[in-house]
Amino acid sequence: MAGSHTAVRAVGLPRRTLLRRSSASLHRRPWLRLGGLLSAPLLWLGVAYIGSLAALLVTAFWSTDTFTGDVVRVWTLDNFAQLWQEDVYRTVVLRTLSVAVLVTVLDALLAFPIAFYMAKVATPRTQKLLVVAVLMPLWASYLVKAYAWRIMVSDSGVIESVLGVTPGFGLVAATLTLAYLWLPFMILPLFAGLQRLPDSLLDASEDLGARPGRTFRSVVLPSVLPALAAGSIFTFSLSLGDYITVEIVGGTSQLLGNVVYDNIGAANNLPFAAAMATVTVAVMVCYLAAVRRTGALDNL
Amino acid sequence: MAVTSVRMLATLSALTLAIAACGTSGGDEDTGSTSGGGFSAPDVAMLEEVGKGEGELNILAWPGYAESGQTDPSVDWVSPFEDETGCKVNVKDFGTSDEAVSLMKTGEYDVVSASGDASLRLIAAGDVEPVNTDLVPNYADVADFLKDRAWNSVDGQMYGVPHGWGANPLMYNTKEVTPAPDSWSVVFEADSPYAGEITAYDSPIYIADAAMYLKETQPDLGIEDPYALDEEQLAAAVDLLKQQRPNVSEYWSSATQEVSAFRSGDTVVGTTWQYNASLAQSKGTPVKTVVPEEGITGWSDTWMVAAESEHTNCAYMWLDWIVSPQINAEATEWFGEAPANLAACDLASDENFCDTYHATDEKYAESIYYWNTPVAECLDGRTDVTCTDYSDWTTAWTEVKG
Amino acid sequence: MRWLLRAGVAVALAFIYVPLLVVVITSFNSDSTFSWPPAGLTLRWWSAAAQNDGALDAVVTSAQVGLAATAVALVLGTMAAFALSRHRFFGRQTISLLVVLPIALPGIVTGIALNNAFRTVLGLDLGFVSLVVAHATFCVVVVFNNVAARLRRLGGNVEEASMDLGATRLATFRMVTLPSLASALLAGALLAFALSFDEIIVTTFTAGAEIETLPVWIFSNLFRPNSAPVVNVVGTVLIAVSIVPIWLSQRLSGDTAGGRL
Repeated sequence: MAGSHTAVRAVGLPRRTLLRRSSASLHRRPWLRLGGLLSAPLLWLGVAYIGSLAALLVTAFWSTDTFTGDVVRVWTLDNFAQLWQEDVYRTVVLRTLSVAVLVTVLDALLAFPIAFYMAKVATPRTQKLLVVAVLMPLWASYLVKAYAWRIMVSDSGVIESVLGVTPGFGLVAATLTLAYLWLPFMILPLFAGLQRLPDSLLDASEDLGARPGRTFRSVVLPSVLPALAAGSIFTFSLSLGDYITVEIVGGTSQLLGNVVYDNIGAANNLPFAAAMATVTVAVMVCYLAAVRRTGALDNL
Repeated sequence: MAVTSVRMLATLSALTLAIAACGTSGGDEDTGSTSGGGFSAPDVAMLEEVGKGEGELNILAWPGYAESGQTDPSVDWVSPFEDETGCKVNVKDFGTSDEAVSLMKTGEYDVVSASGDASLRLIAAGDVEPVNTDLVPNYADVADFLKDRAWNSVDGQMYGVPHGWGANPLMYNTKEVTPAPDSWSVVFEADSPYAGEITAYDSPIYIADAAMYLKETQPDLGIEDPYALDEEQLAAAVDLLKQQRPNVSEYWSSATQEVSAFRSGDTVVGTTWQYNASLAQSKGTPVKTVVPEEGITGWSDTWMVAAESEHTNCAYMWLDWIVSPQINAEATEWFGEAPANLAACDLASDENFCDTYHATDEKYAESIYYWNTPVAECLDGRTDVTCTDYSDWTTAWTEVKG
Repeated sequence: MRWLLRAGVAVALAFIYVPLLVVVITSFNSDSTFSWPPAGLTLRWWSAAAQNDGALDAVVTSAQVGLAATAVALVLGTMAAFALSRHRFFGRQTISLLVVLPIALPGIVTGIALNNAFRTVLGLDLGFVSLVVAHATFCVVVVFNNVAARLRRLGGNVEEASMDLGATRLATFRMVTLPSLASALLAGALLAFALSFDEIIVTTFTAGAEIETLPVWIFSNLFRPNSAPVVNVVGTVLIAVSIVPIWLSQRLSGDTAGGRL
């Protein structure tokens, strides 16, 4: 044992400082640790956030003095009745849902090839480059990007000079712009999900004689469904409440977000705006519940 | 956890207390004295004496009303104000009167340049206070036809200081729109040759433009004042606007929007502010404005003081500043509207400024249908019907946009 | 099949970058009304932007808000992630739903809810604090997801081994867990910062009059036709500058390079 002096020292137990004692008692009481860990987040999200939401949703059951805009604290279902009875609101809600779905589908179609390439085909260096390339637009301002699309779809704009026709200001332009804005939010979860898909599964499928289409349908798609669902949460909800993009490229159209915004501003009708907001909350909660079963929430 | 439940309980009780304590609604105050506006102005204290400046002022203004050199370094009447009074200024712009009303509700602003479709709502909600015009020396020089009007005063009490006034003429692209239009039919009729290239203002107040058109084209509706519409008249206006909608390329809510649309050719004709027209012309877009035969709507903006303001002294200083001859000349010339202070005419950099904007033409000024706030008690004096109010107009506007 | 994939990648990249190219080109457009094709090229907007104090102040404000919100989100998100990954308890699913809610609900709902709560219910003034609270609320989920995913992969064995060897919980956290979480925390923090930096809708309702973040500044400048083009300059600079933090996170992190939303 040249050079080393390995004597067996008597190693005593560590000193029982306060830190050690509390650490030990925490170890014995997992629920205390849990409580401690959960307290701050729960307080913030559960009490503050949910509380604010509740306070807002409560106003949906009140009404407003039509002229001054002051909230009248008299319980009534009038807001919801108006939402239900007047056709225009139903039209707006349906239109918004369709746009949100379209945006999600468009993003999924655009995101999949690039996510797959990044996860399975690209070399590590290319992968890193592509991730940077995909994430960079997230930093360019939302408003700047929306105005860029306004320039692109206008008469004599970019699209017209290239294709000869342009959708102009309207729902088509709004859908395209929204799809553009939320694309990174679909690419990232898909990329993460595809990374987790073992290459061996794809090889096995090929070995068993499946064409790429079949492999995609039976192997890839089911595995990335949670990731797809996770991405769709973002594209769907972000489109559901958006009103700025519609103002910039939407021409004469209006979506749910615009009606909510107008009612807060124009009519100073917080109760009615809150009623409309309730609709979006209900839609998203249902969506989340449906999507939860696919395991999307673990895949965000 | 015990701490969490205590906090939850505290929040819940706070909520309940707030709910209980706030008692009955503001709506019950309608039993107060009514003016021609059909509402009661709540009791809000008025300043009796202007003291020392508080060192800060938050201004809510139409874009171009409170320039501080940001748009053009030579266009600045905010910095001299700051130097002279020591009130540091923060300016926030808004695009429509509705935004202004909701922003004023936040209580964050001290003065606001309110148009007639916002002013009465602000007064009724108690968001602005009456203005003691004795404390504003330059008020004496304001044109008489702007004082004690339906939109800026209640029972003879002024609620602000007029800034200027302007109209919403028809703008058209001289190359694309020939012959030059002389009627609003070019934007309202279904068979307009410019279908798909029309623009309109994105605000419920635009309904008044439709009503003004109907006043001439459908006289049996009996519309006298485009801001006093009963249900039947409102329905007719809404039908006209719904008829217009498929032909509209875009509803504009900011000057940048309208000017860029005219520039790119997406729009060739529609309602505008003189400001937008001047801007488009300065960029080389071939546009002209015209006053159609059915008349035009317009606006006269009033600088109002917030009721909850913590900087009332600075606010009054601003009021006096903005309506002083030199500054009023600068501000109104920059924006493109007639000044409230007629002494400004001699100080404008363009000697024809006041002529261009008909500033001294009282007859012209009287012919404009100024933005006013629709209220239930008919503004035209009818007592046999209830008129529709602004919230009805807002619902109607949502319906028009579809 | 291969070329189909490559074509798809090309289409996606083109889709992503053409509008950004339009932004860059427009920043040189001598016409200030967003015309196309550009009437002429000028460096006017670039020099105006360089001298524009408002823009610089706005960037600083946004950075401050972003850092504060990210810090809060880091703490809360990590705590929640630990709670959910290391313990089994009733209501676990609900908590994970709760964490996602602020980002799953439309911004306008979160905005007016928080605005209503701050001003009407609590009677507080809007300002820096209200804004940071609002931003932190939706940033938590981003940190939470990254940390939770990493914790799932790590498993609890290393931590237990550390404690068996006599380290306190705190020491274990400091010397064993934290280093392994580092890249996840970084990825989460970067994404949270990016989300907060570019947020406009919730900010409109919770910032108040005095706070001007960059998106608010851009929004108000779009109202002023004569200075609107400066926003394109700002946008271009942001895109260029963003390469730095993203590349940095790439170098420092492992596999899930982009981080999880």
